[in-house]
Order: sequence, then C-alpha cells, then structure tokens
Amino acid sequence: MTTKSIQRPEPGFVHGLFLYLLVFALWMLLVGNLDTAEMAAGAVVALIVTLASRPHLSILTGLIISPAALLPLLRYLGTFIVALVQANLDMARRVLSPSLPLQPAVVEVETKLKSPLGRLILANSITLTPGTLTVDVQDQVLLVHWVDCPPGSDLASTTQAITSKFEQHLKGFVL
Amino acid sequence: MRLIADLFLVVGAAFTLFGAIGLIRMPDVYNRIQAGTKAVTLGSLCLLIGIALLYPAWWSKLLVIGVLILITNPLGSSTIARALLKAGVKPWSKASVSQAGEADR
Repeated sequence: MTTKSIQRPEPGFVHGLFLYLLVFALWMLLVGNLDTAEMAAGAVVALIVTLASRPHLSILTGLIISPAALLPLLRYLGTFIVALVQANLDMARRVLSPSLPLQPAVVEVETKLKSPLGRLILANSITLTPGTLTVDVQDQVLLVHWVDCPPGSDLASTTQAITSKFEQHLKGFVL
Repeated sequence: MRLIADLFLVVGAAFTLFGAIGLIRMPDVYNRIQAGTKAVTLGSLCLLIGIALLYPAWWSKLLVIGVLILITNPLGSSTIARALLKAGVKPWSKASVSQAGEADR
C-alpha cells in the first residue's frame, strides 16, 4: 500500500464546524474572559482561519465525530498520562543508575489505524511513552527506537508491547 | 496550596535536570533524544501546573501552552530522529560496541 492509496474522503461540513469550534475555543482560552466584544472578534477570526485552512482540512477526516467517541478519548487520555509519568520515572532510573542499563534497538511495529491523523497521534504517543521513540512511519509500519529491547523480539511481540495499549483506545475515535 | 505548588515546581525542575543529565550520559543521539524529550515534556507540564496553582487566573493560557508542548515536543523529536536515520546515523548498541572492540566504558 502506497501513501497515495490511503483513503481520503472529502472533508464535510462537520469537519469544518469542528475546526471552527476548536479555533474559537483556542481564542477564548487566550483571551481569558467572556467579554462580548472579544467573543464577536473571536467568531470572525475563527471563521477566517477555518476558511483559510480548507485545503488542509482533509487531515480531520480521520476523526470520528460522534458522542460515542468521547469515552475512548477519555480512556486514551488516561492511559496516555499514566504512560507519560511511567516514561519519566523509567528514564530517570536509567539516567541515574551508574551502570546505564540500555539495550537499544530499532524495531518495527505494525498499526491497524488507517488515517494519517490516527497514525500521527499513535506515533506521538509512542514517542512520549517508556523507552520508545518513533523514528519513521511508512504506511502501516512504524520504525521505533527502543531503549530496552528484549532479545529475540519479533514484529508481533513488539507490536503487542508498544502499540496495543494505545491502539485499543485510539480506534474508538480515529480511523 | 502554596506547598503543593512548590512541590510541582520542584518535581518539574528535577525532571528537567534528569533530562539534562541524560543528554550528557547517553551513548548516542537517539538515546539522548529519548531522555531529552520525555523528561523535559513532563518537567514543563509539572512547572505549568505549579504556576497554575500559584496564579489561578492564568489557567487558560497555561492550558494552551501545555497542550501545544504535548503536541509539538514528540513531533519535533520524531522528525529529528527521522532525519538522522535518513542521513545514515547508526543507532548505538552493546553488540556493535563489543564487536568493534571499543568498549571504553
């Protein structure tokens, strides 16, 4: 499968609306108050930004916009924060221990996620979790640099160890 | 409240320090990226939480900063690592060191 053959449906109205609300929320967060004039200005600016970024809107088509996607999103965020803290404790332990325990290797993992956005989020999550750094994404295969690779790992075991815990939640809200 | 805020600030500073130590101690550039990315990401988030507890009025701007750090930090690290791999920088490994007979640690 080449990059060109990734299915990219045309972004619809709902994706535009999603981006509009996102930009508007960002504006309100930066303004930091609920002034009427500020809100009106934000509404106009968000509309301009949304229209200007229409050519790039297709990245959002990977997103499943529905109420049912909310629970997987929250589960994913929970998993992610736990993994982030673990990653740091793990890294602190490695850095501070005198023997510098490392078994680094570059391994391949597979993903079932189809959309560019889904793969982007997965790659970012892998980078921020214990001992792994995404080096490259080639279609459904992610190249991952792993600090502590157990000897004798193959594609199945690395996929299980690195991607599965995120993917099971991610597939609830991205394609 | 003051005490919790200080605790977050200290923890954040400590993780950032671990990241810096990691940059010095790690054997190759990929491992350095790993140490730098992770420790500094959580370190900055802890600092932001600490600041948010000290100055609650700033929460919205701090939230935006935190989310942007969470998105851009791993992206930048991955991109640098990808460029290095494409440029032909080989990852360090224990096996290759012992094969070359250069185990100087």
